[in-house]
Amino acid sequence: MTAESNKLPPAYLQTGSSSFTEFLAGHAPELVPGSRTIPVTAVDVPHGTTIVAIAYADGVLLAGDRRATMGNLIANNEMLKVFAADDYSAVGIAGTAGTAIEMVRLFQVELEHYEKIEGTRLSLVGKANRLATMIRGNLGMAMQGLSVVPLFAGFDLERDEGRIFSYDVTGGCYEEHDFHSVGSGSLFARGALKKLWRRQMGRDDAVRVTIEALYDAADDDSATGGPDLGRRIWPTVAIVNAEGTHFVSDDELAGVVQQVLETRREIGGTR
Amino acid sequence: MSMPFYVSPEQLMKDRADYARKGIARGRSVVVLAYDGGIAFVAENPSRALHKVSEIYDRIAFAAVGKYNEFENLRVAGIRYADLRGYSYDRSDVTARGLANAYAQTLGTVFTQEAKPYEVEIVVAQVDGDAGSDQIYRLTYDGSVFDEQGFVAMGGAAEHISAGLQERWEAGLDLGAALRLAVGLLGEDPNGGEGRTLTADQLEVAVLDRERERRKFRRIENSHLDGLLTPADSGADASDTPDTAAPEAPGADPNASN
Repeated sequence: MTAESNKLPPAYLQTGSSSFTEFLAGHAPELVPGSRTIPVTAVDVPHGTTIVAIAYADGVLLAGDRRATMGNLIANNEMLKVFAADDYSAVGIAGTAGTAIEMVRLFQVELEHYEKIEGTRLSLVGKANRLATMIRGNLGMAMQGLSVVPLFAGFDLERDEGRIFSYDVTGGCYEEHDFHSVGSGSLFARGALKKLWRRQMGRDDAVRVTIEALYDAADDDSATGGPDLGRRIWPTVAIVNAEGTHFVSDDELAGVVQQVLETRREIGGTR
Repeated sequence: MSMPFYVSPEQLMKDRADYARKGIARGRSVVVLAYDGGIAFVAENPSRALHKVSEIYDRIAFAAVGKYNEFENLRVAGIRYADLRGYSYDRSDVTARGLANAYAQTLGTVFTQEAKPYEVEIVVAQVDGDAGSDQIYRLTYDGSVFDEQGFVAMGGAAEHISAGLQERWEAGLDLGAALRLAVGLLGEDPNGGEGRTLTADQLEVAVLDRERERRKFRRIENSHLDGLLTPADSGADASDTPDTAAPEAPGADPNASN
């Protein structure tokens, strides 16, 4: 970084692309995730776990639990793993928490940077591909155990519908339909969604279904945290639709969680 | 031409300054002024694609007059500066003062060292919690920085518009009143000739709106702008509702001659 009194470095004034990542790679490569060399031995670091995304009538919902684990320990029980990427998209992360959060931060700046320089937003597929490129750049670290697997959901303003994209560690980007889940509890969450998801669900039903899916994931996967009634820690739920990206309030989530628990108690638990 | 003539530094700087000033004076003007909810940017600019006003960061915006490729270069550099700083530190660490300093150093170096100075004049403005802590910096082609209070005009008719603002601008104007004042002054002829009435499609208008979350910058679209530029009675209720623009009232504007 340059001191405030210094003039803008030549790199700033060069003509170049609208990509912040490319600018960073040229001008400050040490700030690019995945660019550093790390020791060969695997390190024990916090991992984030289950993320679910579902399509509903007006757009998409992206939700995640709050637990991060480090081996058999719970590293954090209120970690946020679902972020607004920009006004019309959200990203949830599973995998190495530190690397993933850094990647999300860069992704957020990347989208805003493009928007400011070009005066227009990237298309939703453009955003999804941009994220794929960033994951591909992290492949070296992924091979050493520091992998990041995000789930990306956004509202496509051209098609007027919500869309979901999943990734693998090599940067493969796949469009998912209806619903999807990633992370260690994803098998259970996806199983729950198969039974609960309905086409053209309303917003409230959709929130409830994601909470149920995360509850089931937490039930069977030790690395996924369930809703914590004692500490009042609820999953993070982001809704992306034509009006933009916003998060469901804690008060509303508390109500939904209560409701889900009541219903399950009535039918005799989830055995 | 092989013999270099001696040119005194005074003369050299004066020539460069004259050159830059002439380039800037050829262009249309831009007005930046404070209103009760933030800072408004008004540029006479018929183009929808080539902007004179731009967002830089959460609370910071940029306006420029002069040569497009030169100020566009500075605009992009400013966005890179702000995004890199915000990414390395924190969003709150990006300030208009820091950016104005970086611009000043760059313009100053170009003015003295490059073959020709930048023919640009720019404004970097930032809104904060209340009007008292808002900042408006004007930077000229030679790297001078001016800390402006309340309003500033740049471009061909800058002097004339500044005189008008000095007389008629006051703190706490609402958005409609501030825009009507700026647009009225932009339409006046500095040589005393007959003024023009500028319509929404000849203008580029944006605001840094204190009430907005995080990113305070927002462009004011034509339909909403029409409502704001329609005087008092019908303009008042349309002042802050972009979706319910004032009803079309072509006869309501007494100056609608063209």
